Amino acid sequence: MMATRTLRLGHLYPSLMNIYGDRGNIVCLQRRCRLRGINLEVAPLEVGDVLRPEDFDLLFMGGAQDREQTLVCSDLAATKGALREAVDDGVVFLGVCGGYQLSGRFYRGASGEEMRGAGVFDLYTLHPGAKARRLIGNVSAEWEGGSLAGFENHGGRTYLGAGAEPLARVVHGYGNDGESGFEGARYKSAFGSYLHGPILPKNPAVADKLLGLALQRRYGDGTLAPLDDALEQMAHASALRAR
Amino acid sequence: LAAARTLASIWAAKTAAKASRTLHRGGGTAAGGLVGLWLQPGLIRGLAAQLGHGCVTVTGTNGKTTTSLLISETARAAGLLPLANASGSNLARGIASTLAMATDTDGKLERADQRIGVFEVDEATLTQALPDLQPRVAVFTNLFRDQLDRYGEVEAVATRWRTVVASAPADLRLVLNADDPAVASLGENRDNVTYYGVEDRKLNHGTPEHASDALFCRCGERLAYAVAFYGHIGHWSCPACGRERPKPNVAARLVKLGDGHSARFQLESHGEKSTLELGTGGLYNIYNALAAAAAAESLSLPRSALEVALTTTGAAFGRQEAFEIDGRRVEVCLGKNPAGLNQVLATLLLDQSRGTALIVLNDGIADGRDISWIWDADFEVAAGRLQRIIVSGTRAAEMALRLKYAEWDESSIEVVPDISIAVERALAATPQGGCLTVMPTYTAMLTVRELMAKRSGKEPFWR
Repeated sequence: MMATRTLRLGHLYPSLMNIYGDRGNIVCLQRRCRLRGINLEVAPLEVGDVLRPEDFDLLFMGGAQDREQTLVCSDLAATKGALREAVDDGVVFLGVCGGYQLSGRFYRGASGEEMRGAGVFDLYTLHPGAKARRLIGNVSAEWEGGSLAGFENHGGRTYLGAGAEPLARVVHGYGNDGESGFEGARYKSAFGSYLHGPILPKNPAVADKLLGLALQRRYGDGTLAPLDDALEQMAHASALRAR
Repeated sequence: LAAARTLASIWAAKTAAKASRTLHRGGGTAAGGLVGLWLQPGLIRGLAAQLGHGCVTVTGTNGKTTTSLLISETARAAGLLPLANASGSNLARGIASTLAMATDTDGKLERADQRIGVFEVDEATLTQALPDLQPRVAVFTNLFRDQLDRYGEVEAVATRWRTVVASAPADLRLVLNADDPAVASLGENRDNVTYYGVEDRKLNHGTPEHASDALFCRCGERLAYAVAFYGHIGHWSCPACGRERPKPNVAARLVKLGDGHSARFQLESHGEKSTLELGTGGLYNIYNALAAAAAAESLSLPRSALEVALTTTGAAFGRQEAFEIDGRRVEVCLGKNPAGLNQVLATLLLDQSRGTALIVLNDGIADGRDISWIWDADFEVAAGRLQRIIVSGTRAAEMALRLKYAEWDESSIEVVPDISIAVERALAATPQGGCLTVMPTYTAMLTVRELMAKRSGKEPFWR
């Protein structure tokens, strides 16, 4: 029998970046690991905690309100400067909504103020002003031959640079900017997305993609035992239909 | 001309409301007001000014409807004639409609000298409603994340409240929840504030729940909690700037939550103490009772009337409302955001004999289109506690998935998206003499309630 495999997940700012049920992503990864005999250790990385890339196989950052996002932004530069380095080293990253925006190069807010991002992705986000309509609603998209479902709610429009691939193509909804048809971003094993809902429980293929990449990097074998995902698939189908 | 316009708007509002009621479209609580306000934007201001005893507003994420009902019943017990937007129609149109329906064709509020207005006001509507209604008392219950796709961020709501309170006249009396830092801070630099809170430390939850939205002080520092009750409600203080929970003028002590179907506590204000038993259960209903008590005191309503109202009123529409159906007890407990649902779950757990639940998740506009909030509610606390769970509504499968990841036994969960079929399945799954707990979102509650009322022979609610 194979020795118990362990993965270490760094949860960036769980007490600040948690606005849209983001902890569901952690709950999902924990359960899908446990059922496969994988030990997932989750460590919070709050304001002031220094990120050391060698400590983690996966990193997650959720969304926040404007005020919290400002607090996070200054801490990203101060203590999480190694985020890009970690991703370049193959650490798996998922940033959702605000966590997606802040992992880009910069975010320019509604009144023109500019926040520097972590630079994981070659992208930037512009908020077209307080009067511009927020992009809110159910989203369905296509990625890697499958489908993605979730809910978006963002004022900022995100534009990809040459160094970032879109994660998915929008079928219904707005996606990154409401115009390009792109949703999210991908760079190495880093994933960014506007989809909350949260994204992983109702898109189990994404959850397993992250786990597979992390296992591959750490143990040289990313294969995962299949799970009974009947309810997950039902929820996925229901979310895809939602309008 | 302005007067003619007002009369026309009242007539139109009444006619539209009646037509809507005849057509059974939403009971006429909103359509009439919408038409009336379109014809005369000053409709609310003109009619509210006629209320002989003025009015009180109740605002907050949770507890508006129950608190308003308790205040209304207190006023009634005191011999007044409350005018309330009772069915949760808490936008401007609902308030306008309520006022118009009580007005005669000459534009005179009927029995105005006996009238007191009790208006629950939607969090986002308050900015306009406060200057229009000019209430004597404004109650703020709590502030939690709720329907972010509709209201915007919690901080934005808090800012809106601070702005509207700052521009309110100095003689407006505020009734504030001392235990909610986001609400209590509205009383800073103001006179005429009555604070209410819970003083019973044995209800300490330890640390604030995940569903907390005011963990940081306005100065930016993280708040410290000596006692955490639910969400970010508790005995808080800021280690940096010294802000702290104000001492409540109206307090609950010696709380006994019992089996969750009723609640007992000692009400204390200005040294006067009395032990009361509420007809509704759970800590959140103690807070509703305290809000009503503090409001009654601020309105100078007699304590005896308050005590009658608190002990005899029972549940509001769909808020722990009970039905008897074929020898089974059905309790409909609205749960529409994480903090509220956590309190419903905590109350449900007090009764070991509850074995069956119907959970209905809709994603209508009035529910919030975004259902991701269900992941912020602590369903984990009830894992393994129920034998049969029927899950229904437009997003039933995703609700079931939430329960699965909260480690509820998947084999005990049945997904039945159609609500009327789900109600029958849930009733059939409840043994004779047993209790079925229904936890619906707002629009689901309206549907469930109508079905249950029909099955139990209760009258439809609209009033």
